[in-house]
Amino acid sequence: MDFFGQLPLLILLSSLLPGLAIFLVREENHILRTSLNLLGAVTKLVLVGLLIWGVYHEWVSEMRWVIAPGLELVLQADALSVLFVTLSTILWLVTTIYAIGYLEHSPHRSRFFGFFSLCVTATVGLALAGNLFTFVIFYELLTLTTYPLVAHKGSPAAVRGARIYLTYTLGGGVLLLIGVVWLHTIAGPIDFQQGGVLSSISGLDPWTLRWIFLFMIIGLGVKAALFPLHGWLPQAMVAPAPVSALLHAVAVVKAGAFGIVRVVYDVFGVEYADALGLLPFLGAIAAFTIVYGSVKALSQDHLKRRLAYSTISQVSYIILGTAILGPLATIGGIVHLVHQGVMKITLFFAAGNYAETLGIHHVSEMDGVGKRMPATTLAFSVAALGMIGIPPIAGFISKWYLGLGALQAGAGLWVIPVLIASSLLNAAYFLPILYRAWFKPAVKKWPAEKIHSGRWEMPGALMWPPVITATLALLFGLFAAAPFSPLEWATLIAAREY
Amino acid sequence: MNNAIIWVIIIPLLGSLLSIIWSRFASFIAISCNLLALAASISIVAQVHQSGPLTHQLGSWQAGLGITLRADALSSILLLMSMLVISAVTFYASAYFSDPIKRARFWPLWLMLVVALNALLMSGDLFNLYVTLELLGLSAVGLTALSDNRAALQAAIRYLSIGLLGSLVFLAGVALIYTGHGTLDLVELSTRVEADPLSQVAFGLMTAGLLIKSALFPLHFWLPSAHASAPAPVSAALSALVVKVAVYILIRLWIDIFDLTLTPLSGMLLGILGAIAVIWGSWQALQAERLKLMAAYSTVAQIGYLFIFLPIIIALPKGPAQDAAFTALLLMAITHGFAKSAFFLSAGVIQQFCGHDRIAELGGTARALPLTTFVIALSGVALIGLPPSGSFIGKWQLISGSLQTGQGWWVVVIAIGSALATAYVFRILGHAFGPGEGVSKVLNWGRQEIPALILAIIATLILGLGSAGLWDFVSQHSAFLGS
Repeated sequence: MDFFGQLPLLILLSSLLPGLAIFLVREENHILRTSLNLLGAVTKLVLVGLLIWGVYHEWVSEMRWVIAPGLELVLQADALSVLFVTLSTILWLVTTIYAIGYLEHSPHRSRFFGFFSLCVTATVGLALAGNLFTFVIFYELLTLTTYPLVAHKGSPAAVRGARIYLTYTLGGGVLLLIGVVWLHTIAGPIDFQQGGVLSSISGLDPWTLRWIFLFMIIGLGVKAALFPLHGWLPQAMVAPAPVSALLHAVAVVKAGAFGIVRVVYDVFGVEYADALGLLPFLGAIAAFTIVYGSVKALSQDHLKRRLAYSTISQVSYIILGTAILGPLATIGGIVHLVHQGVMKITLFFAAGNYAETLGIHHVSEMDGVGKRMPATTLAFSVAALGMIGIPPIAGFISKWYLGLGALQAGAGLWVIPVLIASSLLNAAYFLPILYRAWFKPAVKKWPAEKIHSGRWEMPGALMWPPVITATLALLFGLFAAAPFSPLEWATLIAAREY
Repeated sequence: MNNAIIWVIIIPLLGSLLSIIWSRFASFIAISCNLLALAASISIVAQVHQSGPLTHQLGSWQAGLGITLRADALSSILLLMSMLVISAVTFYASAYFSDPIKRARFWPLWLMLVVALNALLMSGDLFNLYVTLELLGLSAVGLTALSDNRAALQAAIRYLSIGLLGSLVFLAGVALIYTGHGTLDLVELSTRVEADPLSQVAFGLMTAGLLIKSALFPLHFWLPSAHASAPAPVSAALSALVVKVAVYILIRLWIDIFDLTLTPLSGMLLGILGAIAVIWGSWQALQAERLKLMAAYSTVAQIGYLFIFLPIIIALPKGPAQDAAFTALLLMAITHGFAKSAFFLSAGVIQQFCGHDRIAELGGTARALPLTTFVIALSGVALIGLPPSGSFIGKWQLISGSLQTGQGWWVVVIAIGSALATAYVFRILGHAFGPGEGVSKVLNWGRQEIPALILAIIATLILGLGSAGLWDFVSQHSAFLGS
């Protein structure tokens, strides 16, 4: 299967080339720009479909390119990378449609969509990275390509938010780099391998490994917004809504979480990491971040900031799942990578719609918004309930497996209370929003209403994306046991890791 | 075909004379001469790659009497780099000068600079190195003085006197070597020189001279004003090449001839000065109010990185590990050459467009000059050392080398330096993306923007992703183990 071996590269090119071309498209030529965008997104989707099929059948797909002695750029597809690639690709398509609607008539669209495509290229490259060296390269590229997106509006607040974002992420990048180079010097080049690599190399000093792990976790934890490295995330909220959506659901925070999953499972090996005593340390940070994010979310009136703190909390579920030894917790953590993605992107789409159509930015302004924008609010409600963990929405599945996994690993005593506390807190900051939206009488005049003359409450390009992703969140929960569902795929990954 | 070594010197020399005679066609002459010399330098690299170091006796005199020209992996790679940069800058310069008098003065001096650079890189003995170094310094001063404002002239005079001091000190060292060993040929010296007191003094003098020329902290004080006040194409060549060849001679002396391992202490001293240069230079770059001054301070910092390699190379065991660190040093040097020249060229475009290069007033540049802003960002990536640039690979090896040799403190220096570099690069971008007037058109000044773009792409993509061959090339002919 020679074609199959080329797939990772083709998948990268399917967003890289349109992205570069878009930079050159004249501002007013939106037909060409949209065609390039959609062409790239759909091509990528088809290619990823082929990749899923191949990886399911355990065909090996790998490309190597020597950069320097001992440093190779490796692109490969295993079950875990396929999960992340698929998530990015589907959500990229949806977000692109949303962004086309959202940015209609606003300036600098070619620049925006160019960087948008590059950002997805970096995310997918990170997912397909076959070793730490390649991972670091795409990790830094992700920072560089998202910076212009955060700064896109060009206002002083946007430039400031982008600078804070950059300070955090590049600082983290340096620490990650040091950790990775250090590991290289003592253990040689390391390709990701299911089950881990380090346990099979003898003569490594455990304390050195612990230090290296710390460097890497700090480096990755910045993007994953682990406490106390989360400070950039609420600041980055100044970005346009589609960017926030992508940042929170797929690109940046997920890249950090995905990296931690990679380091624990495919570099250290989860059992070896446990033997070194690293998992409880990671678990404690994750648990604290879960509760901390939720508590902070409670007091935010600004809708996007509340969602941002919710992200901080939710992403740590993935890390918590990673930090608990045992296949069930692994499944719970990995599947949450997908579930959190579809739910959070729905919430951000909806928040963008409220701001765009009615000028609503704060929770306190949302009274009665359900009647004015039923489709958006319905999607928002499904996602919010899913975040709380109400069955049958996807979020419930993640929490169920995390809970079971904790019991299986004998960590139930501290994990279950964290899960319960966090679910209660989630309910405490999401349910009031739903109550306001559906049951409170509407105010007489919205802050800045735009009347849309079409059939729906707003242009279709803005309304359908949250509806689609909310439906996905529901389907992933309802049909969790169907073949090729995220849960089944996470189960496959867990089976290959242990 | 060993003649290629002569051609890279003769062609620009001829061009320099012709451009005085036919000054109306000077830019055409310069472009053609540089392209021919570029072709010759490619042929030199190919020959060295195929059959090892080349030597050529001028006028067929024996070594010791005549002039020996020599090319090996190290010098041929640097030659290729400098000819690529020179060619791009030549295209740029052909559209840069609007004043016909300046144009008429620029081309002969510019081609003389190319002669000096190439002859220096191809020199096989110490005396030629001295002569070409002097020629290089003089043509560089002449070019700096082309900006005819008061500050530029002062900077040029200072540059001239410091340069002369540097080469005089160097010459004193050369004279001592000749008294002690009776030869100036580099290959012969490499077998004769030992750590006797005379050689040590001689090398100390030569090194001191070269440290002035290469602007290692604290001898960097002349660089920022000179590099910042010269016309943009000249600044590009000064920062990318002229400073770099002084480092080249240092490396030749220290690694090829005078076995560095004998003097770990001086290696460490140079490393520490390099580390201070990294932090001090980057800090000054962050404080700078003008784009070109910022770039000049950034050069001080980037030169510092090259010196940090020395204590690491000394401590590494001979063989692949040492080769890797040495190649990384080379990669870092040439990446900086491409990136910094791209940066200066773009700064020149901005200066012409806005009428100034004050960083705080760059608002709207991203809108008005999107391609130039992109080039600044791209070369900035290489200056910071982010992937996929060549300097990322260089820094990777530098960190790896310091950890391997138990000199972890350099890692801290690299981290601080990179953080400061990030700050100064993104400070520019932050201002450039700020509000301001501007029409949106991708390409505005093609003949100036495209050469800069090409240089930045070489630094940031080609050297980062496609430099695997460099490692083979250097270790195969081992410029530095060959002796």
